[in-house]
Amino acid sequence: MLEMRKDIFADERDDNLNVIGKGLQRQDAPGHVTGRTRYFDDHAFEGMLHLKVVRSPHAHARIRSIDISAAERAPGVKRVLRGADVPVNKNTLLSLINFGKDDEPTLAVDKVRYKGEPVVAILADSEAQALAARKLVRIDYEPLPTVFDVEEALKPGAPVVNETYPGNYFEYHERFDHQKLRFGDVERAFSGADIVMEHRYQMSPIEHAPTETNGTIAAPEQNGRFVVHSCAQGLFFALGTTAKIVDVESNRLHFIGGTVGGGFGGKVDSLTEPLAVLGAMLTGKPVRFVLDREEEMLYGSPRGAERIYIKDGVMRDGRIVARYIRSYFDAGAYTRLSSYAAIKCTAHVPGPYWIPNVASDIYVAYTNRCPSTAMRGFGVTAVDFALEVQMDRLAEAASMDPMEFRILNAYRDGDMKPHRRAAKNTALVECVQVAAEKANWPLSEQAKRQSSLTGGAGERGQIPATTVDTKGQIGRPETRTGTATQTLPAGTARIPLSKQPVMEGARDGRAAPTQVPRYEPARPAAAATPAYAPPPYQPASPPAAPSYQPAPPPVSAPASPAQTQHGAVRFSSVFGTRRR
Amino acid sequence: MARHEGRGMASVNYPIGMNLGGDPSQALIHSNPDGKFTVALSAIDLGQGMKQVSRQIAAETLGVPIEDVFVDTADSDTGPHDMGSFASRGTHRMGNAIIVAAREARGVLLEAAAEELEVNASDLVTDGRGNIHVRGAPSKTITVKATAQAAQFKQGKTIAGRGIFLIPLSAVDAETGEMNPNTAFAHACLVADVAVDDETGEVEVLRMTSAYELGRVINPRMVEQQLVGGAWMGISHALYETPEPYYPNPEHGPRDFNEYLMPGPGEIAPYHVTVLERPAPDGPFGGKGPGEMCANPVLPAIANAVYNAVGVRVDELPITPEKILRGIKANGGAKPGPRRGGPVNWR
Repeated sequence: MLEMRKDIFADERDDNLNVIGKGLQRQDAPGHVTGRTRYFDDHAFEGMLHLKVVRSPHAHARIRSIDISAAERAPGVKRVLRGADVPVNKNTLLSLINFGKDDEPTLAVDKVRYKGEPVVAILADSEAQALAARKLVRIDYEPLPTVFDVEEALKPGAPVVNETYPGNYFEYHERFDHQKLRFGDVERAFSGADIVMEHRYQMSPIEHAPTETNGTIAAPEQNGRFVVHSCAQGLFFALGTTAKIVDVESNRLHFIGGTVGGGFGGKVDSLTEPLAVLGAMLTGKPVRFVLDREEEMLYGSPRGAERIYIKDGVMRDGRIVARYIRSYFDAGAYTRLSSYAAIKCTAHVPGPYWIPNVASDIYVAYTNRCPSTAMRGFGVTAVDFALEVQMDRLAEAASMDPMEFRILNAYRDGDMKPHRRAAKNTALVECVQVAAEKANWPLSEQAKRQSSLTGGAGERGQIPATTVDTKGQIGRPETRTGTATQTLPAGTARIPLSKQPVMEGARDGRAAPTQVPRYEPARPAAAATPAYAPPPYQPASPPAAPSYQPAPPPVSAPASPAQTQHGAVRFSSVFGTRRR
Repeated sequence: MARHEGRGMASVNYPIGMNLGGDPSQALIHSNPDGKFTVALSAIDLGQGMKQVSRQIAAETLGVPIEDVFVDTADSDTGPHDMGSFASRGTHRMGNAIIVAAREARGVLLEAAAEELEVNASDLVTDGRGNIHVRGAPSKTITVKATAQAAQFKQGKTIAGRGIFLIPLSAVDAETGEMNPNTAFAHACLVADVAVDDETGEVEVLRMTSAYELGRVINPRMVEQQLVGGAWMGISHALYETPEPYYPNPEHGPRDFNEYLMPGPGEIAPYHVTVLERPAPDGPFGGKGPGEMCANPVLPAIANAVYNAVGVRVDELPITPEKILRGIKANGGAKPGPRRGGPVNWR
């Protein structure tokens, strides 16, 4: 059941709109409910081949030899592919935005790094023939020691999972084995706190379990092009990844998709597109590569597990004065998107609260399991579980009601977040108040009077003096412990503020909108205005200045040199990305 | 042996769009000769309603009836680049791109109408029902259809627009973690009521009550669909699901829906959602997006409710009957916490 509370923040909205805010029937509803919507797998082609992969039975093993001769002679088999047949057999998904090193083969070559890793692909006239031929492939493996625990993986002497990252961790900024967050001085604040509490939390891996499993149908078109029916969550993401791996120009691929039977993050890895297209290129025939349910469950890349340690310092009146988080993302054997999630998690720390001293160290660890990937709430869901259970514990320790404890510590407009950007447009206090009211959970009069609009900013909006350190240098595990090396003065900011988006203007002299339309508060309605009248279009008006200007940081230290690790400075054909 | 009721809560926020930005979306809009519009995208509808959100934003901005707009997605030959449907970015990023494209198309539409009516385009308004008229003079009017026909066959104008929205990529400071992560954040608070059986360790979610602040709600029915579906996923994450039940031991992975535990129809809990709207300064009509966050508060709220019911903290998900029973045993019996409030204010 859904109820709208239009009375809250009413003066920040103009509700005089025509179709926005209306519960209109979806454009695609009739197709969905009558079963007529076409998904990727609803495309049949004459002479279509079926692709199945042979997967590693070992979590970690050297490949001594691969014998495909019997499989090649099996009935219906048209082609058998090995790693050497893949034009660019090493990739990392975020290479499309220049983030991270290529670390994952499409078909394993020297070594397998997780159970279920694809080693050989078989193309046959029918699925049954492809499955039968799969059993005829002979692969000689030499099993290697394995590591499955994230903290074990980071210890010196642990088996090396992925040689691209020999320390079993993703390398940040070409300097550290983790991503840091430093705001204030947590150590000093812990020593002054009335209550200090540390707990360990473990998020489990999760399967996306979409109704439609991952799959692709690729077929040759005219002019050397290929049509690709895809269930990708990012159409051009999959196109760019495929173009790189099969080594063709992006305009030889014609991707069609957009109607997907559930994703939840499990369809961003381009698990099937590259091999389906490569199969179509090498055989000249349409190719269908669809994961079956067991493959989707076991090898379709899950939500990664995360281990999270939270240490908090709280005063007797319930104010949190320090929070330190150490967390380990279990990437599995390859990076995929875990490196991105750890930074998103860093930005999310310490949750929707204002805390004057905050630090975190977030690691991405490689283990011998199926690579994990994005899933709904990527980088946030697990830490929210840990943070909110910890908050429940802290409230109890401070003898406070959990709701009142949240309201007391909630961030508000103008509060400085640890990543050094001021909070705006906040609404946590109001959500707690409304949930309490609906659930009949009593709040004190004082808690009911609180607001996200007041109580923040001022001293809470400043960047404090911050202790920084050089702990955790790449290749030097002995540097993981140590003390602060330097204190940055209050107000230190080194990353330039992002510019507000600039829209393209007119190229042909015709006036065009030059800025993002911004929501504007309601104005008193003129007597004769019609029921619906969006702001009139003004053909000749000059570009208006952006209405929102972020406040500059208090003190700007000289900007640090351009960072290469984080990415795409320059965008090219598909994403703009620099091709390898 | 008894069933103990407990109540727990959690509050969260969630960033909208890819962290650090650098995730553009583009849209193209054009009219056919009769004033019917097509929005061409390469955005993905995963079932969440991307097509309908795009359609409503386009119709609102163009100022035409919703029936006169259809969304065509996704074909890489016709739909311009979009980063994809993930990171709760669809409504915010693509919505803004559509507004830019629709404003351009609307500009040509009004110029064409102005030429037909022999007035200034800046004096024209649309009524959202397929008509364009002079502000304050509703009798001086022309239909969108007649305008489109005149633009096409008389004036030689293309009623079309193109839009892109990009928040430029932010760098990250290696030592402090300073960055520009996102521009818009949604908020939520959720209360879970559970009953825990101290003999079997079984948890039943009795009901959930939440408040979500999502910026402008583009379509309340689709918001409800997301929040209710996502809450089911939250229950599932909290109490049932995992492909590695003995993590980090990788064994015993499930192979199908018989072996992979999820809540069935009997485990669905009544759920009441209240929605607040604090428009995002840079959101389309102030919209943010409920895509991912809808499961997040459910996990800790249930964990906290289980603690309130029997005094057992389960810090490793999922919260299985085995873990609860081991906790009760270690504590020397169930230890119910204080009762929190009375019966919920909804039915």
